[in-house]
Amino acid sequence: MVRAYVALAIAGFRRYATYRQAAAAAIVTNSIFGFLRCAILFAVVDAGSRVVAGYDEPRLATFVWAGQGLIGTVLIWAPTDLADRIRTGDVVMDLLRPVDPVWQQLAGDLGRAAHASFTRFVGPVAVGALFFHLRVPSRPATYVLFGCSVLMATIVSFGCRFLVNAAAYWLLDARGPQVAWTLLSGFLGGLYFPLWFLPDAAARALIVATPFPSIIQLPLDVLVERGTVADQVAMLAVQASWAAAILALCRWVQRRGERKLVVQGG
Amino acid sequence: MGSAGFTAYRHIVAAQVRGQAQYRASFAIDLVGSVMFGVIDLASVLVLFRVVPALGGFALGEVFLMATLAGVAFALADLAVGNVERLRVYVRSGLLDAVLVRPLGVLTQLTAIDVAPRRVGRVVFGVAVLALAASRAGVAVTPLSLALLLVTPIAGAVIFSGIFVATATVAFWWIESGEIANGLTYGGLNFAQYPITIYGAILRRLFAYAIGFAFVAYYPALALLDRADPLGGPAWLGYAPPAAAALVAGGAALVWRIGVRHYRSTGS
Amino acid sequence: MSVIETRGLRRDFTVRVKAGWLRRRTRVVAAVDGIDLTVERGEMLGYIGPNGAGKSTTLKMLTGVLSPSGGQVRVCGLTPVAQRTRLARRIGVVFGHRSQLWWDLPLAESFALLRHVYGVPAGDHAGRLAYARRMLELDAFLDTPVRQLSLGQRMRGELTAALLHGPEILFLDEPTIGLDVVSKQAVRAFLATLGAAGDTTIVLTTHDLADIERLCRRLIVIDQGRIVHDGSLDELHARYGSRRRLVVDLDEPLAAPLVAPGLTVEAVQADGRRITYALDGAVVTAGDVVRRLTEVAALRDISVLEPDIEDVVARLYTRREGPPPR
Repeated sequence: MVRAYVALAIAGFRRYATYRQAAAAAIVTNSIFGFLRCAILFAVVDAGSRVVAGYDEPRLATFVWAGQGLIGTVLIWAPTDLADRIRTGDVVMDLLRPVDPVWQQLAGDLGRAAHASFTRFVGPVAVGALFFHLRVPSRPATYVLFGCSVLMATIVSFGCRFLVNAAAYWLLDARGPQVAWTLLSGFLGGLYFPLWFLPDAAARALIVATPFPSIIQLPLDVLVERGTVADQVAMLAVQASWAAAILALCRWVQRRGERKLVVQGG
Repeated sequence: MGSAGFTAYRHIVAAQVRGQAQYRASFAIDLVGSVMFGVIDLASVLVLFRVVPALGGFALGEVFLMATLAGVAFALADLAVGNVERLRVYVRSGLLDAVLVRPLGVLTQLTAIDVAPRRVGRVVFGVAVLALAASRAGVAVTPLSLALLLVTPIAGAVIFSGIFVATATVAFWWIESGEIANGLTYGGLNFAQYPITIYGAILRRLFAYAIGFAFVAYYPALALLDRADPLGGPAWLGYAPPAAAALVAGGAALVWRIGVRHYRSTGS
Repeated sequence: MSVIETRGLRRDFTVRVKAGWLRRRTRVVAAVDGIDLTVERGEMLGYIGPNGAGKSTTLKMLTGVLSPSGGQVRVCGLTPVAQRTRLARRIGVVFGHRSQLWWDLPLAESFALLRHVYGVPAGDHAGRLAYARRMLELDAFLDTPVRQLSLGQRMRGELTAALLHGPEILFLDEPTIGLDVVSKQAVRAFLATLGAAGDTTIVLTTHDLADIERLCRRLIVIDQGRIVHDGSLDELHARYGSRRRLVVDLDEPLAAPLVAPGLTVEAVQADGRRITYALDGAVVTAGDVVRRLTEVAALRDISVLEPDIEDVVARLYTRREGPPPR
């Protein structure tokens, strides 16, 4: 059984590998935004006192470029493949395979993320390192912690994207949820600005009560070593909780969706 | 386009509006969504001022004015030609051939057929906040400044529209270029929201002058605020947006024509 | 134990019809209206009927992707909806309009992936794949991404994919639809060989009656959710009186219709020198007619045409001769 999911993950890896040109184009876009965002955030730091909300320039540079790298790795933008398949009814073919549909798709997405971390993540970070002074982790443990953090972020992102698509079981099209997701994941996730620019209480509330910071903000904070090792581990714990919660929600929604499909005929 | 073309355009848009209004719930969501994008864009600018008093030498009210000018221009362009990026889909699926056969301009069809009335929401919102920003920034209420407030977003919209069309045209040569187009269109919006003093020389030369994004908000804002340009630009630059818009539109039209000709001759 | 057993299988759908400006009326439509079916292992069963007769609905209930509104159904001894995952391992499904392959992977990789998904031992998988490659000539496009395959190639891929885990039952929903002639024949030949081996039960719904003639010893005709005929193809012809036809080419047109004592035969078509006779096998043989003809005319050529199944079924669909069994 495990072998099935490993095979599905490898398939996800290879499928993603075929989209070479799209990945290259995306890296160019990531780089454009990287330059823009750095300029904006550096202006903030310059106008402030070299350190703003716990971020100095190198930290912000890493935040921006690793952030651009994460966009493609955890995949913020939700493709509507599943929603389209639900609408056309092709999703029944998933039901005819002896594997759980949620785990099947998660496996594929993890495979994709694995490949993306070599392209979509490394690309922008390399460009950033070329033109800016990025902060390199001072603790070796950070690398491991960051890796785990990205894994958690991918799972949370997968779950949210899955839910956005699964809305198609009940709604005409998944566009509403998709719009909401794109808005919230960017704004409340730390993509537009580090969440710590907001009042402390607000930032903490967002981190704990919503899944969005677990996708961008927390992994980046782990990477720039915001706080001690204990702080980094705490962030990981928040992410892990959200990963578990979101997956449970996905499985519940999947069961409900399947029942609707099977009982009502879709 | 000619009067016949314009009539056809009007009819197509009307039919599109009727069709889309049927999906009322989706429409409402789209409307709210598009307004929310505008809200979030502006909120992102404002949040920065929570931690610093000024950006690039400009205070909150001034930057807010620039951001809203850029926002309205972008929303207008998005409404008018936003769906031209679907060109990529049309080229890949071969649907473009059906479009080419009809006796209407290709660009007209592409923009009219996929027009999205929901984007009006963002325009209305943008105009409202622009008015707010102008009054908060203490813009003098003179005929000149009012004219500037009216003309600037339209000129800015033309500039954005030109970029929309030009970047979409690249799909004729490279299908996957859509991603990069986003970098220049949404990136352009991002760029124009802030005073160009914060950008490095290369970035400035490319985005502000070469593509012309500085004329969407920065220079007009300087004129409206009656402020001297820290970069030393002359005051009349604030009144140059229409000229810049004309240049960009001309360039985009040229690129478009070359693209269509290329497609016709190679058969994709 | 039968591999498929249904008793009183029902499936209702609620249809909402607009009745005026804002109101909607709901109507319950029985897509499947009480089907009793027993299928033994190794049978090759054809399931035909007009559009909307309930063919695909029945198939979906048998495979577990649609729950019945009433009645009982057992496939491989399992309840399809409740035990779908267990059942999925034991059946293979080809839905003509839908694909179970991975769209952007090469065909070979889809097969490899399915081996892991179903947990098939490597040896078994390799053996079945080799067989399919040979019989369906897959080698030419084994490394092509599925999205670039033609419909005929894709269908051959789907067929292979459905069989790699050695299912006990193969369900096919319109497998030859939209295929070119060569692909259709390849698919039919493959299924015929598979069926002849006797291990796999094949249940096939189709609009293409040539599929039935080639493949199915047993034929079920379903109309408006009910079984209208359940038997062999010959029984169908016998029951609905489809007749063989005798076509004769004469040197010269007949002066008068053919009569003889004890000879009852109807000329269904007479084009000058060519006459087509419909033979009621119960009362006259082809030989009788030929013998009589040679007495009155010079025969140049003769041929005998088997009853046309299209004919029968068309009549079945439109006029429904004979009382439908219940």
